[in-house]
Amino acid sequence: MSSDHERREILIATIADLLDGIRHVAVGASSPIPAAGAMLLRARNERDGKPPVRISILGSQAHNFFTNGGIELFDCAAQGRVDAFFLGGGQIDGEGNINLVGTGDYPKTDVRWPGSFGSAYLYHLVPRVILFREEHSPRVFVPKVDFVSARAITPEVPRRGGPYALLTNMALFDFDREAGGFVLRSVHPPFTPADIRENTGFDYAVPDVVRETQRPDAATLALLRGRVFDELAETYPAFARTMKQAA
Amino acid sequence: MTEIVALEALAARVAPGQSLAIPVDRSGVAMAATAAIIEAGIDDLHLICVPISGLQADLLIGAGAVKTLETSAISLGEAGGAPRFGAAVRAGSVTLRDATCPAIHAGLSAAQHGVPFMPIAGIIGSDLLKVRPDWKVIDSPVGEARKVVVVPAITPDIALFHAPEADRAGNVRIGRFRELATMAYASRKTLVTVERIVDRNLLETEDSAAGVLPSLYVDAIAVAERGAWPLALWDEYPADEAEIARYAAMARSEDGFRAYLSAFLTHRKQVA
Repeated sequence: MSSDHERREILIATIADLLDGIRHVAVGASSPIPAAGAMLLRARNERDGKPPVRISILGSQAHNFFTNGGIELFDCAAQGRVDAFFLGGGQIDGEGNINLVGTGDYPKTDVRWPGSFGSAYLYHLVPRVILFREEHSPRVFVPKVDFVSARAITPEVPRRGGPYALLTNMALFDFDREAGGFVLRSVHPPFTPADIRENTGFDYAVPDVVRETQRPDAATLALLRGRVFDELAETYPAFARTMKQAA
Repeated sequence: MTEIVALEALAARVAPGQSLAIPVDRSGVAMAATAAIIEAGIDDLHLICVPISGLQADLLIGAGAVKTLETSAISLGEAGGAPRFGAAVRAGSVTLRDATCPAIHAGLSAAQHGVPFMPIAGIIGSDLLKVRPDWKVIDSPVGEARKVVVVPAITPDIALFHAPEADRAGNVRIGRFRELATMAYASRKTLVTVERIVDRNLLETEDSAAGVLPSLYVDAIAVAERGAWPLALWDEYPADEAEIARYAAMARSEDGFRAYLSAFLTHRKQVA
């Protein structure tokens, strides 16, 4: 990959593909790339005459239709009206559990991250949770998280929600809920499956053929660099400006 | 009746050791009142972030005003991690009550409805249940047999927020930030700072009344112009990103934080 902005364009286009078919996607705070991916899907569906996509972007006024305060996103998810959401993690383990709290022993953690936000709840309720973390390293992708902010699989209770995919700077994984683990789907050029193995601290399945992550086509890039970055600028002005300038 | 008082008098209604509910950064944060609270030396607070906080919580923690912190996250957003929060966790100087956003809303909702607890979806499997022994997993007493989490009612001593305007009777415009109403319903007392007091009656028409918290729930109001600065206030003014970034850089060290805090308190006094 030749540059940061091209890498980010691939991530945004990949997110739009992962969201294909959904009716409503919500995007949490500090998430410019997921927000851009959601906007790209909406723009592409409009262009292609496909069903409309609703987007709720936390912190946006123009791209957020909620009127019932901070609780509405959570109520909406509980009602089955949110099809997709994004979560990250200071640590993510091979079972799909995420840690947004810190490393070491709670409460006096060695490194303290902001906190669990809505993860413990939304992971149960949103069918297509996309785990998104740019840094792909063994310190992030660990065999077992130090603190489970949100658990991926809980056979003891019925749930519709959970991890759907994991997208990083290097690769895209699917999550197999039956097996309870990740499956490598594609590798972003110029990385190889061996690079992924070296930088991932947990075990995952590898299919016989691992393809390269698709680069966005010219029409997608035009949509992205035009309408999508313009829409994104309301919530993420600095990010949108940088991406437009680099393009 | 709602009293309209000076900012310092409003802050003086918060007593050491009380629980104080504050809203998320974008909802209307009473930063000027926070400066007045710190200035008055009010400490031992049990801070309840609805459902997360940023600069306000970090300032209060850094100033030594917080004994217990109940929150789903503390973050300065684009400016990065909250440095004084991180330092307090490492030092063990603040008692943590880690939560998840909808559980805080649910706890306030229980208080709003006058019931001892509220059931809530999800959460099962999270280590939050280990560090929050006050949250229980029960067998659902109705419907299909299943486990469900219940969280106790959260009844803050004080709710504190900032809004664009109130009328002379003490009705406060909260727009669609309905969590401000929930905070007020749940809390024993509600203190509000506003950009301005307006002469018209906010409850006069259906349109104007729709986004209004009635004065019944509001104990005292103080005018504080640019009272959310450096945070944003809805359509009134955007966040002062440069100032927040400056805080994030300075607050990395204890000395830097002290210097920032001193300048912040002085600045607020000059504005007032």
